[in-house]
Amino acid sequence: MAPRTPKGKADAPVPAPTMDSLLATKEIVVACGPGGVGKTTTAAASALMAAVNHGSKVLVLTVDPAKRLANALGLDGIGNTEHKVPASAFRAAGLKPRGELWAAMLDTKESWDSLIRHHAPDEQTRDEILANPLYQSISGRFIQSHDYIAMERLYEIHLSAEYDLIVVDTPPTRNALDFLDAPERMADFFSSRLLRWLIVPYRSKLVNVATKPFYQISDRILGTEFMSDISEFFILFQTMYDGFVERSKAVGRLLADRRTTFVVVSTLEATPLREAEFFAEQLTARRLHLGAIVLNKVLPDYLQGRAGAKVAEAMKDRAEDLAVELAPVVGAGDPALADPAQIARVLTEVADSYLNFQVVALREMEERANLAVAPEVLATVPFFDTDIYDLSGLLRLGEQIWD
Amino acid sequence: MADRPDAAEAADAADAAHGPGDPAPTADARPMTPLLDRKLVFVTGKGGTGKTTVASALALLASSRGKRVLICEADAKGELAAYYECPPMAFKEKEVQPGLFAMAMDTEASLREYLRLQLRVPVVGRIGPVAKAFDFLGTAAPGVREILTVGKFCWEVREKGWDMVVVDAPASGHIVGQLAAPQAVNGLVKVGLIRSQTDWMLEMLSDPAITGLLAVCTPEEMPVTETIELAARVEQETTVQLAGVVVNRVLPELFGRKEEAVFEALAGAGPLAELDTLVDGDAGPVLEAARLAVTMRRTRATHLERLRAGIDPGVPLLYLPYLFTRAHGLRTTRQVAGSLGEELGY
Repeated sequence: MAPRTPKGKADAPVPAPTMDSLLATKEIVVACGPGGVGKTTTAAASALMAAVNHGSKVLVLTVDPAKRLANALGLDGIGNTEHKVPASAFRAAGLKPRGELWAAMLDTKESWDSLIRHHAPDEQTRDEILANPLYQSISGRFIQSHDYIAMERLYEIHLSAEYDLIVVDTPPTRNALDFLDAPERMADFFSSRLLRWLIVPYRSKLVNVATKPFYQISDRILGTEFMSDISEFFILFQTMYDGFVERSKAVGRLLADRRTTFVVVSTLEATPLREAEFFAEQLTARRLHLGAIVLNKVLPDYLQGRAGAKVAEAMKDRAEDLAVELAPVVGAGDPALADPAQIARVLTEVADSYLNFQVVALREMEERANLAVAPEVLATVPFFDTDIYDLSGLLRLGEQIWD
Repeated sequence: MADRPDAAEAADAADAAHGPGDPAPTADARPMTPLLDRKLVFVTGKGGTGKTTVASALALLASSRGKRVLICEADAKGELAAYYECPPMAFKEKEVQPGLFAMAMDTEASLREYLRLQLRVPVVGRIGPVAKAFDFLGTAAPGVREILTVGKFCWEVREKGWDMVVVDAPASGHIVGQLAAPQAVNGLVKVGLIRSQTDWMLEMLSDPAITGLLAVCTPEEMPVTETIELAARVEQETTVQLAGVVVNRVLPELFGRKEEAVFEALAGAGPLAELDTLVDGDAGPVLEAARLAVTMRRTRATHLERLRAGIDPGVPLLYLPYLFTRAHGLRTTRQVAGSLGEELGY
């Protein structure tokens, strides 16, 4: 790789990568990381920035956006279908995008249903599967099916070749790695021995040496009726195995493709950051592309200085004297505010608050300095004092990570 | 004690507080047993709200009050050990603090124990392949894995004589499925040994004198929304009672209204320049930080209002302060346990 030199020099053809350049060159961006760190807003802000600045047609596929954000993206009640973010929303934010921003929400149940419709060999099998109580239970409630379906949906949309860039928000998982393993796990399951056991005609099960202990135990625990319900379901499903296995493998290949990159989102709090670091290490170990780490909700720099602490300490220690001196100027507009005792209380509170937040800010700074992984891009987003729920808010966030 | 957001702030928040889509409060008419008197407490919450912190603090608080407590890590992420600064946990419980034992859930070990102790199925030799099959079956047939997990906790309460079992349960997106599993399995499985097992489990889970769910949230938009939704789903889909909501990381209130006027005057150009001279430095950042703290608290107050409106008034809300500390681990767990104790009136 060419040595990195400052921008603008004639001999510097390779500037340091930024989110701008990352999003301009990739086709799929997967935002992932621990829960509660702002993954959804980061994904939406990245997509918005790409639509505004690159003139691309961009889709953000979100999992569970906050209600107001869903409204802002025009997603309320839209569900699974892709939907163009209306021009009025851009106008309201004072924006004229060069490209287009599309959004879709992931509806697990609906996605499973459409997958079945796609793979089912005939109408009868399709209807029987869709009506099967076990299927309904799996597709609707079974949590791990979210992981797979998110990646499957991504594959499907990418295959449609409708978008220049797809930014996908990942579902909250028990473990951040679950969705990476989901395609492989799905393929494993459909080619597993267990599945072959399950679809053996029921009568022969108890005489087969390999499956006998399994069936003895499971019959005893679950009852014969339930076990044959399960078998029936998988026999129905059998016609679709090959399609599923093939598809799962293709989804896995897409994640490893050089057009795909991962953006790990975190805050600088210890617990989520450790999880994010672990996740980033795993991406590298699996030869997946770690494009960026975005650190959200970082306290402002002005909380860090020793100078600030000195001022705060002085304000606290000398609050009463300072209050007496300040009373005339503070009360210049409104004499009711010139009470020195009250001014002293305010000075003390303000100083204490600064010193309190400084403890947290210094801890954050240390966490950032000791980050165990080195992504191409490391972006820091300051703490926003209000919630982000519209395009202007997303833009504010997006500008922080852009370059 | 956590600084309760009071009436003055509620007034500030009132106009922004009620969204049209907020679900109505749920109503659980059953009596409310004090948290520490329950024998089985599941602690859940959205990721990043401090679920494990609260679970570990609750267990520490109960044990420090003389109870014999078991804490179980249901997620098996291996995070809990750091909160007590002890070696990683195993399926077999170990004493990590006086009177406080900890274990980590393990489906295979649980299945083995279940077969041996409860179903009296002789398990000879390798269970590996069978357990693996069950793991897959758990993937395919929802409820089976959950029964093994929840069943283990119920069994610990019934057979091992713990004063309290605290479960560091899955995050709020997953907990309902787990707590509803006994009913779901009861519906799917008509006969078989598991049916009789789910009957007694259901009885225990449905008894609010024994079992409760503690939801942890922070006063932020998504955690509050998720907590309100969780409360409604717990009421509709499970038989477990919501025993309380912990509001974690509540910021202290800096000023009353009049003091805020003083602050605004102080931050004006003239007074600020005077202050700079008096302290011989730049006081701008110090005042800026206070403004940030006030705005943060105010934004959070609107979400707190929404939480109060969305949760049954009979469900206690417990406030824990934001910790301005550099410490991690046991020291933090102790601090949180102390705050929790004060909130519970000890």
